[in-house]
Amino acid sequence: MTGAEPVGGRQRGGGGTRLRGVLLGLAGLAALFLSLAVAVTIGPADISVPDVWSAVAAHLGWGEPELTPIRDGIVWNLRMPRTVLAAVCGAGLAVCGAVLQSLLRNPLADPFVLGVSSGASTGAVAVVVLGVGGGVLTVSAGAFVGAVLSFALVLLLSHTLGDTTDRVILSGVAAMQLFSSLTSFVVLTAADAETTRGVLFWLLGSLSGTGWTDVWLCAAVLAAALAVLLLHARTLDAFAFGQDAAATLGVRVGRVRAVLLCTTALLTAVLVSSAGAIGFVGLVLPHAARAVVGAGHPRLLPVTALAGAIFLIWVDTLARTVLDPQEVPVGVVTSLIGVPAFVVVLYRTRKVT
Amino acid sequence: MTVHGVPEGLAAERVTRRAGGRLIVDGITLAPRPGSTVGLLGPNGSGKSTLLRLLSGVLAPAAGVVTLDGVPLPRLGRRTTARRLAVVDQHATTQVELTVRDVVALGRVPHRRPWSGGTPEDERAIEDALARTSLTDRADQSWHTLSGGERQRAHIARALAQAPRELLLDEPTNHLDIQHQLDLLTLIAGLPVTTVIALHDLNLAAMFCDEILVLKEGRAYAHGTPADVITEPLIAEVYGVRARVTPPDPADPLDHPSVRFLRS
Repeated sequence: MTGAEPVGGRQRGGGGTRLRGVLLGLAGLAALFLSLAVAVTIGPADISVPDVWSAVAAHLGWGEPELTPIRDGIVWNLRMPRTVLAAVCGAGLAVCGAVLQSLLRNPLADPFVLGVSSGASTGAVAVVVLGVGGGVLTVSAGAFVGAVLSFALVLLLSHTLGDTTDRVILSGVAAMQLFSSLTSFVVLTAADAETTRGVLFWLLGSLSGTGWTDVWLCAAVLAAALAVLLLHARTLDAFAFGQDAAATLGVRVGRVRAVLLCTTALLTAVLVSSAGAIGFVGLVLPHAARAVVGAGHPRLLPVTALAGAIFLIWVDTLARTVLDPQEVPVGVVTSLIGVPAFVVVLYRTRKVT
Repeated sequence: MTVHGVPEGLAAERVTRRAGGRLIVDGITLAPRPGSTVGLLGPNGSGKSTLLRLLSGVLAPAAGVVTLDGVPLPRLGRRTTARRLAVVDQHATTQVELTVRDVVALGRVPHRRPWSGGTPEDERAIEDALARTSLTDRADQSWHTLSGGERQRAHIARALAQAPRELLLDEPTNHLDIQHQLDLLTLIAGLPVTTVIALHDLNLAAMFCDEILVLKEGRAYAHGTPADVITEPLIAEVYGVRARVTPPDPADPLDHPSVRFLRS
């Protein structure tokens, strides 16, 4: 790379120019839309990418419907919402993981470190098994209430215990254990076998039976949360050497931490309420993304979101097709595929010292 | 130094900090002359680090006030403070995979808006800081491959990229061999900024500081030039060890007292 760089671009080394960043972003978005289109075609009923396009165009008012109502229904009402929700969940969980790992300076942090997923499971179980809410509360609503309660408990605990980073993590672990035990207790004492199976499936994460209402809700929350998180991207860089170092770089640490914890917890709560606790994505994809684009958050966060979206689209496609007609919980498949991939990534970027 | 009672630069006025019912820092007043190097001496636990954290605004004093050009730090705000006051810690480390340039670029965080890219001014500040600390050749190397001395230099470069007028350092020469200690302190003392630096080594403090504040149990025990402060009775009283101090040659303005410790 020589002299003719755009003003403000990096002069040399260190990851290339802004142009390259834009190209990478465009390529990622193209890969995302291609994944969406192709994933929808996979499965019984022999649907092609042009079919998907014409169905989407018709529903968005850009063209005339060309498919039979049944095929159109398969694309627009069955597979499309499910695939889009997979993308939204993948993006949201991965980006929450990246933010929490940096903010809490812990490579093991994931979106569930704040107790949100176990709180959600207790809430869901309370509705399904115990009938809390008297039929007015849906499973998702119950899960959301549980997640928020659990996160509130984590905040309260960590505040009482001294508000340092490790206290936040320990409070999260405590809440996670508490709510997991509650969930197990309720399921084992009150549920019949069939309900237990259903609950277990939900706990492992499942995108089946998704409707557009879920998708729009999750997508809207994701968009809002992404805006907040991206606005703090450079601030997150400043946490590399710890909270005190961040403070001396002009970061209002207490405020930033509160905003980021609440944003990630809220986003995770909404996603978990709709799709269950899909594990692994939030823990591992940030590490994989870091290995590819480096640790700078202005680039890391969008790349992590894109990678999470594409990853979960394909994992969910596999989950619904591999044992067809039976479905595998998507959380199971994420780990089965993700772990070997993760080992490869870590091996290729291992430190030779 | 003071115009109409408003101190220029960084000043602490009777600052106090409590922890666990004990006074860690007890009514310290300090107003370094702009451009000078002030050494903080004192045994472990005498309050040097806490005083530095009060001066940087990371900790809030229980009583008293820290000001920049007469404005209390809380009123100035974190970001404005970070644009002119930089801190180098004992051995701040990270697990994040960063290049030396990435670390130095952190110094530009308080100068940038969340969405803006690097301006030519940012680039200039980063290149300048790398050059001043002789790290230009290492800029694209991983921070994790640096030696202890190079890491401290990288932190100083990051601090310089903040374009500070005040620089606070907490025992930056810990764990370094003598050559690197001398190199680092020569670099620091030659910077055109006001420096407050906590040190353990009395001889190095005498060599490089214009002024020394000796802390004992959180209080200012002595304050003055190295020749005034570093004396045999003070070393016995503050550190509880015996030493011979050779006073500076009055004919040589650059000479400084030197300390030789004795077996008890």
